[in-house]
Amino acid sequence: MALLSFPLSQIRFARRFALAACALALALPAAAQFRVEISGVGATQLPIAVVRFRDEDKSNQSPSAIIRADLERSGAFKIVDANGTPLDETSQPRMPEWRQRAADALVAGSVTRLADGRYDIRFKLWDVVKGSELGGQSSAVDAADLRLAAHRIADYIYEKLTGEKGVFSTRIAYVTRAGPRYTLRVADADGENGQVALNSGQPIISPAWSPNGKELAYVSFERQKAVVFVHNVASGERRAIADFRGSNSAPAWAPDGERLAVTLSREGGSQLYSIGKNGGDPRRLASSPAIDTEAEYSTDGRHLYFTSDRGGSPQIYRMPAGGGGAERVTFSGNYNISPTVSPDGRTLAYITRAGNAFRLVVLDLATPGAQPQMISDTNDDEHPSFAPNGRLLIYATRAQGRTVLMTTTLDGKIKARLPSQTADLREPVWGPYGR
Amino acid sequence: MNQLHRHLLTALAVASLAACSSVKLDDAPVETRTGTAVGAGAGSSTGTGAGSSQTRVAPVDVTGTSNVNYSNLPRIVYFDFDSYVVKDDYRPVIEANGKALAADRKRHVTVEGHTDDRGSSEYNLALGQRRAEAVVRSLTLVGADATQLEAVSFGKERPAVQGEDEAAWAKNRRAELASR
Repeated sequence: MALLSFPLSQIRFARRFALAACALALALPAAAQFRVEISGVGATQLPIAVVRFRDEDKSNQSPSAIIRADLERSGAFKIVDANGTPLDETSQPRMPEWRQRAADALVAGSVTRLADGRYDIRFKLWDVVKGSELGGQSSAVDAADLRLAAHRIADYIYEKLTGEKGVFSTRIAYVTRAGPRYTLRVADADGENGQVALNSGQPIISPAWSPNGKELAYVSFERQKAVVFVHNVASGERRAIADFRGSNSAPAWAPDGERLAVTLSREGGSQLYSIGKNGGDPRRLASSPAIDTEAEYSTDGRHLYFTSDRGGSPQIYRMPAGGGGAERVTFSGNYNISPTVSPDGRTLAYITRAGNAFRLVVLDLATPGAQPQMISDTNDDEHPSFAPNGRLLIYATRAQGRTVLMTTTLDGKIKARLPSQTADLREPVWGPYGR
Repeated sequence: MNQLHRHLLTALAVASLAACSSVKLDDAPVETRTGTAVGAGAGSSTGTGAGSSQTRVAPVDVTGTSNVNYSNLPRIVYFDFDSYVVKDDYRPVIEANGKALAADRKRHVTVEGHTDDRGSSEYNLALGQRRAEAVVRSLTLVGADATQLEAVSFGKERPAVQGEDEAAWAKNRRAELASR
C-alpha cells in the first residue's frame, strides 16, 4: 500500500491530518495521492475544521479526508483538528467551542446510501467567527463519483472562503515509465483515481489538454518517430494530426480549441507551425535558423511563448500568435526552457539551469524589471503546468532515484508530492475546469 | 478496441449518466441560505453529467508496434557535449553508409538523433533533430540522395545506457542510422 510504505522522512512536518488520513486510507483501495510537504512559513492560511461526515465509513470513500487533503494542498488553509463531537449538516454547532480550537470555518456533512445504490452526500459550511452559515449543498451520486463529489465540495468551500475558483475537481494527465512500458494516465488533481488513456512500448511526451478538457494532444513515438496525436479521453478515439517528414512535436492548444501550435522539422530545423485540430496543412508561424519549440499560448490567445536558442543559448521568447517579431522574455541565466504562462497572463513559470541543477522558477510578467524567483530546491525539475486558477503549479522532479510529480504554490512554500514505488512519473499537465 | 466494444462502452456511459443526478440544496430537505452560490461547473451542476461519464477514461494499447531492422553497416555517430558537429572520427561510418545508399537508390535510411537526459524532453528532441540533420547532410555529401534519408529525433527518450555521469551521457549523445 503506497501510503504506508511512503518514507516519513520525506515529509518535513508530518501533519496530524496526514496521520488521520493514513488511518482512514486503510479502508480505501490502494492508490497514490499527493502528500503535503510544508517548506517555510509565512503564507496566510485560513484555519478550517472539517468534521468527519456522518456515516461516511459506510461508503467506500472518506469525503472529509479528501476535502481536508484538498484544502491543505492548496496552501490557502490550515487544517484544524476536528475530532470530538459528531456533527452533520443539520447540527447547530457550538461556535465558542470551535473558536476555542482556533477554527475560522467549519464543515460538517453526511453520506447516505439511497435505495437505488447511489449516495446522497450533503454538507454545510459555517463562518465560526461570525457564527453564521455560509451555505451548503446536497447531491446524489454513483458510488464511483463520491470522490468527485468530495472534490466539488472542496471547490465550493475554497470559492466561498477565498473568492476564487477551486481546482480540486479538475484532472491531471501525466506519463509513467515502468521498464519498457510507457503509459499516458489521467487522474484526479489529487493523484487518485488514475486511469490509463494510452499504453505504448515507445515513449510518450508533451501531453496537452484541449481547452474543453475532453481531448489530449501528445507526442507518441509508436511510429518510430515523433508524431503528434489528438486523443479523445472518454472514447479512446485518436488521430495523428502531424506526421510529416522529420519530427513532429510540442503540441499547444490555441484557446479556441480549433488549432494547435506544433514544432515541425519538415523544412529542416525545429520550427513553429499552426495546424488544425484534425490535421491538414500546417502554417508556418516563424522562421529562424535556430531551434524554436515548446510553444504555449497566452490565455487571451494573443501571444505565443516559446523556447529558442536563436541568441546562442536557449531562452524564452514571446511573439504575436499569428507570427511576427519575437521579443526575448528571460534574461538571467544562460539556459531557460519550458515556458508556461498563468491563466491571468501575469506569471511565467519555466525551468532554469543553475550550475548542474534544473530548477523551477516563476517570473512576474506584470512588473517591469522583476527578477525570476526560484521556487524549488530540487535539481531535475521539468515540465511545469499551471492549475486553471493559477494558484498552483504541477511539475516533475527527481527524488530518491525516481521521477515524481510535485505541486507547489507560486511562493514555493506549500508543496505536495505524488510518489510511485513502481514507475517514473513524467510530463504532468493540469487540465482545465471542464471535463 | 473493436466497434462492438466501443458501442457497449458508449451504452454503458449513457446508462450511468442517466443514473446520476445532482440536486441543489434548495430542492432538498436541508436548511441553507446560499445553496446556489456556486456557479455551473461546481458541485451544483444539474444535467451536465456530474457522473461516471466525466470520470471514465477509455484505455488504448499500441504496444504491438513493430521494431526497426538495422543493417550490418556501422551505424552510430557520437557527439560532443552541446554539439552537433560530425567529427572526423566518424568519417568511416558516414562513407560506408553513403556508399551503400549511392549503390542502391531504393535503400532508405532513417537517422535518429539522441541526447543525454538533462533538460526538457522537447528541447532535447530539437537538439537530437539537429544532430540527425547534421548526419543527413554529411551523408548527402558522400553520394546519398536526400530523398533516401529522413532525419528524426528521440531526444532524451531512448538512452543507449542508463546513468547520471559523463560516461553515460557521452554514450547517449549520438545519432543512429536505421534501415527501413
